[in-house]
Amino acid sequence: MAEKVVNQEMIKPENLVYQKTKVLNDNVMHYCPGCGHGTAHRIIAEVIEEMDIQSEIIGIAPVGCSVLMYNYFNVDMQEAAHGRAPAVGTAVKRLLPEKFVFTYQGDGDLAAIGTAETIHACNRGENITMFFINNGIYGMTGGQMAPTTLEGMKSSTSPYGRDIPMMGNPLKMTELVAQLPGTCYVTRQAVHDPSHVRKTKKAVRKALEYQKKNMGTSFIEIVSNCNSGWKMAPVEANNWMVENMFPFFPLGDLKVPEEK
Amino acid sequence: MEEYKLMKGNEAIAEAAIRAGTDGYFGYPITPQSEVMEYLMAEKPHERTGMVVLQAESEVASINMLYGGAAAGKKVFTSSSSPGVSLMQEGISYIAGAELPCLIVNVARGGPGLGTIQPGQADYFQATKGGGHGDYNLIVLAPASVQEMADFVSLSYDLAFKYRNPVMILSDGAIGQMMEKVKFKEQEPRMKTPPDWATVGKPADRGPNIITSLDLDPARQERFNHKLQEKYKKIREKEILFEEIDCEDADYAFVAYGTSARICQKSMQLAREEGIKVGLFRPITLWPFPYEQVTRLSKKIKGMLSVELSAGQMVEDVRLAVEGKIKVHHYGRMGGMIPTPEEIVLALKKQIIGG
Ligand SMILES: Cc1ncc(C[n+]2csc(CCOP(=O)(O)OP(=O)(O)O)c2C)c(N)n1
Ligand code: SF4
Ligand SMILES: [Mg+2]
Repeated sequence: MAEKVVNQEMIKPENLVYQKTKVLNDNVMHYCPGCGHGTAHRIIAEVIEEMDIQSEIIGIAPVGCSVLMYNYFNVDMQEAAHGRAPAVGTAVKRLLPEKFVFTYQGDGDLAAIGTAETIHACNRGENITMFFINNGIYGMTGGQMAPTTLEGMKSSTSPYGRDIPMMGNPLKMTELVAQLPGTCYVTRQAVHDPSHVRKTKKAVRKALEYQKKNMGTSFIEIVSNCNSGWKMAPVEANNWMVENMFPFFPLGDLKVPEEK
Repeated sequence: MEEYKLMKGNEAIAEAAIRAGTDGYFGYPITPQSEVMEYLMAEKPHERTGMVVLQAESEVASINMLYGGAAAGKKVFTSSSSPGVSLMQEGISYIAGAELPCLIVNVARGGPGLGTIQPGQADYFQATKGGGHGDYNLIVLAPASVQEMADFVSLSYDLAFKYRNPVMILSDGAIGQMMEKVKFKEQEPRMKTPPDWATVGKPADRGPNIITSLDLDPARQERFNHKLQEKYKKIREKEILFEEIDCEDADYAFVAYGTSARICQKSMQLAREEGIKVGLFRPITLWPFPYEQVTRLSKKIKGMLSVELSAGQMVEDVRLAVEGKIKVHHYGRMGGMIPTPEEIVLALKKQIIGG
């Protein structure tokens, strides 16, 4: 066994600049290196710790690459059927109104099979926080076309690129839910570099603060890469995302509550 | 002492659910059961007991709301009729796979497809043989009166929580729509402490509670399936309910549940007036099915007629129990048609006695 080299200066508490949040456990994540899911998990977990709500929050996992996210979070979690997290979360929140509830879904889960549940939870203004990881593809099942796959983008079920007349248009779900009276905060963020991670974390914090104040549905899209599904190296995937995804899915707030 | 009320079966379920301390109802309108949610909304149970009632966007949503509510350790139920219950099957399978307690009421109508809004019993296979994907069972109760519609609600919750298993009340449009006198239990308080497995927010002194039906490791998944099968075995041993009417001296028996059982009671009377000694065996739990009890009865009589509002579904279980020892046939009407007591007596004579 290799001997551990420990820098004694570095581990002094006063020199500590970063540590893993205790809201994530030590299990090794199964995500592909460079995937956005892991970063999204981390910042959600950090905000839960910073707000000191670990004992008051229930998370709803989707079906998709993040189906096993409950293996990493140190909070009570439920695993929902494909697309149904908003319905599941609706009931949990209504039956435990004093608790925090968040859902976490991919684009296939939230914007294809679960479109009805998404729209109706947002339209009822369920007091939950919804995270929407948009990587423009079905990561888990091996890279099939998603409702958010861009025009011309290749996937295993659009091998020559998404052909709009044949396959339909990519869906801007976040723009759609921003129209609904039940949503209080709708924003689109990304986690591919440190400055965007910081921005997204601020958005997560705001969303959960709005939930605390019973202001309605808070909805955060995180545009993310799926380097495996896109068949690119991680850095290449992030660059491709910046050049191609962001123009169609522009980052920023779509709806913010009026400050009183 | 509380007095009798005159009520529809659907309304009786709703009132009984409030009194059983239900925490949440999630449903979607469909005939012939819409009175359940209508009654609940009119009664304002959020004021009476704090119960949540929500009209969902679909049966897919309502069954997944049930999943969430049950996983939070709450007493939850939904009601629907055949097409809506078909739509719920994926969710029911998840609920069984995650071992969650809840109540699903099917006030069944004739099918297939959109079928009819008149009563049917053609969802027997779906209710008792799985319905959704995977090896699982619901506990299925079949009420035959408005009183039983009411009584089976708290019975369902008791069984659901005892075994952490979904329970279905399989009724039909006739029992749901007809009015009868019914007496209710006193109001039960809603549960104060959630079960220890519920996802309610993780306190510092325990690890996270996880509700899932997923395990990608086949060896563990098989072990889990064995555990489920053990549970089902225990339910089969302990929870069978049935009723025998005038079977002691009988030469023949009708086997029927729900609306069919009520009609058969009149048929029995008509047959006995003609000197034909016929009894009625009424399964109350359709799953677990009272196989042994039917076997026992079959040893004392000459033939059985399974009467159902279907093309013959329960008759397969009756035949399994009888093992070819005596004559077993099915008589039924479909598409929302209901047989007269006379035509059932005729069927008994033709198919069993004379045939
Ligand atoms: C009812 C049902 N249909 C299909 C599937 C198969 N399936 C699993 S994950 C998935 C797509 C997931 O894609 P997305 O939501 O974008 O998540 P990602 O893996 O990209 O994070 C599909 C189609 C399923 N599990 N259940
Ligand atoms: S397949 Fe895509 S979404 Fe899934 S873990 Fe890999 S990179 Fe992430
Ligand atoms: Mg995706």
